[in-house]
Amino acid sequence: MDKVQDNRAWFLIIPVFLIVAFSAVIPLMTVVNYSVQEIFGPGQTFFVGTEWFEVVLADERLHDALIRQIIYSLAVLAIEIPLGILIALGMPGGRSAKTSLTLVLLALPLLIPFNVVGTIWQIFGRGDIGLLGATFRAIGIDYNYTNNSLDAWLTVLVMDVWHWTSLVALLCYAGLQSIPPAFYQAAKIDGASKWAVFRYIQLPKMRGVLIIAVLLRFMDSFMIYTEPFVLTGGGPGNSTTFLSQYLTQMAVGQFDIGKAAAFSIVYFLIVLLFSFIFYTIITRTGEGEKK
Amino acid sequence: MTLTLEGVAKRVGAEQHLHPLALELQPGSFNVLLGRTLAGKTTLMRLMAGLDAPSAGRVLENGKNVTGASVRHRDVAMVYQQFINYPAMTVYENIASPLRRQGKDKAEIDAKVRRTAAMLRIDPYLERLPAELSGGQQQRCAIARALVKGAGLLLLDEPLVNLDYKLREELRAELRDIFADGKTTVVYATTEPQEALILGGNVTVLHEGRMLQTGPTSDVFHAPVSLECAAVFSDPPMNVVDAILTNDRVALSDGTSLPLSAHDRNLPAGPCKVGIRANHLTVLRRNERLVPIKGRVELSEISGSETFVHLRHGGTTLIAREDGVHSHPIGSEIQVYADPDRIFVFSTAGQLVAAPNWRRGALRNIA
Repeated sequence: MDKVQDNRAWFLIIPVFLIVAFSAVIPLMTVVNYSVQEIFGPGQTFFVGTEWFEVVLADERLHDALIRQIIYSLAVLAIEIPLGILIALGMPGGRSAKTSLTLVLLALPLLIPFNVVGTIWQIFGRGDIGLLGATFRAIGIDYNYTNNSLDAWLTVLVMDVWHWTSLVALLCYAGLQSIPPAFYQAAKIDGASKWAVFRYIQLPKMRGVLIIAVLLRFMDSFMIYTEPFVLTGGGPGNSTTFLSQYLTQMAVGQFDIGKAAAFSIVYFLIVLLFSFIFYTIITRTGEGEKK
Repeated sequence: MTLTLEGVAKRVGAEQHLHPLALELQPGSFNVLLGRTLAGKTTLMRLMAGLDAPSAGRVLENGKNVTGASVRHRDVAMVYQQFINYPAMTVYENIASPLRRQGKDKAEIDAKVRRTAAMLRIDPYLERLPAELSGGQQQRCAIARALVKGAGLLLLDEPLVNLDYKLREELRAELRDIFADGKTTVVYATTEPQEALILGGNVTVLHEGRMLQTGPTSDVFHAPVSLECAAVFSDPPMNVVDAILTNDRVALSDGTSLPLSAHDRNLPAGPCKVGIRANHLTVLRRNERLVPIKGRVELSEISGSETFVHLRHGGTTLIAREDGVHSHPIGSEIQVYADPDRIFVFSTAGQLVAAPNWRRGALRNIA
């Protein structure tokens, strides 16, 4: 078969090619470039090979940050996913004023910028003027996010739950709304329990949106930066110093460009790896039900 | 089971979805609910199933009043337009699910599932998920799930609508045999007169929330009590022409005059409406008694291996049937033949007065 060559087609992909190049490929390659150099100043760079990677991988503080990060992200998923599903199940269906109101209320936290969320909670949790802090103090709970590590960690977690559970709930709600009412009728006629309806109809039908919710919430929480930065700047001690915090300290605070670049690449690969693992697990669970 | 509806009606807000009706379904009978969209078929089925409570009247199962009882305490199974199966369960588990809920032992479940699957010819796919089956197989799985339950009342709400033509024909042909076990009372809703005729049994004609007629399918087809009923139970729609009856002839408003036949002789003279089904208005002249009508072709539509010719004649549009596939140029002249022995005579108010095959007393006139 004769294939007609038409090179003009290349012109059509040039815009996309340029956008991707400038927004993703070139910056990433710059980072790769930095990661293999020792940089003293403009024009004073030396090739060091994989040395930075070796330093980064052996960095104890990075290991601590990574463990803190993993625990944090898992906690976020463990709370936000079930909570989001529960909220979605409890939401009113159909087209009514009640539905619209619920949707608007749920969407509100999603509209608030990250640093504002941080500031809100920073003030909210203060012992002297914050509603939450003052209430805790009044009922005798010792809560102080500025010098208690656990309190600070929990505050960042609650902040994220407050900010992002809505997203999970809205996604699940969309999934639930796509189930034809006949499914529920059929289950009713079958005499299926509420649990059976959830387990065998709602959950499988929500699988698609749940994959998206888990991936989004995992990646986002794994890259959390603004909230702890605004709240305590990563403290007290290192208790809320997550990977991003540590990376920023290294790159902007100490101006350790080479090391920070190597760190970035490792960071990127970790996120990629975890996302891949989650994706595989969730899609496999679905297939497993075939057997 | 014997299902009895006594004066059952459904009103939602100010809207009367179903006007009061009485109906008795015999054990093991096959009952078709025939009506167009929004006729109230699904509403009626939901009342029968107990998914909704009627706003008036009583529902009895074997003489026991179950009007307010929840669907969980009813002995029903249902199949829907959409293919409803548990998405994450295999076909086997789907079919087994009602039995498991009944607490049957393993061997019995296995035997029943395999027997039912074999009956619906989905036994090779027991280990698959519903999403991995074709539409027809998915619906077979849903029917198997409903059958295996062994309920006294089986409701099928337009089960074949979402299937393609070929699959629909195939499954429809099997359905009668599958349901002929003699115990289950089957109710089958459809919009298609053809389907009702093929399935047989009894038919209940619904129109805009009212029951027009009920009885053995062929009786209702041969003697629709009113023009409304004839319109629902006729595809293409019955030709209806205003006419005047005299002693020996009936004069149609388009100028055609038909001789009277055995069934419409001795009727009081005066104005009436005459109904002629498309298959009694033919292009082929089958015998000498047929009366020619000349008209101009407005449209000819091909359905299967027949052609329906719409022709304009004397101010009315008639639909005639022609065997085989033909195309008639629009506007061309055509001669069709009306069979005077097969016409229906209705009163001017639309009530049936005479029909060629009217077995008097065989019908219950509702309207």
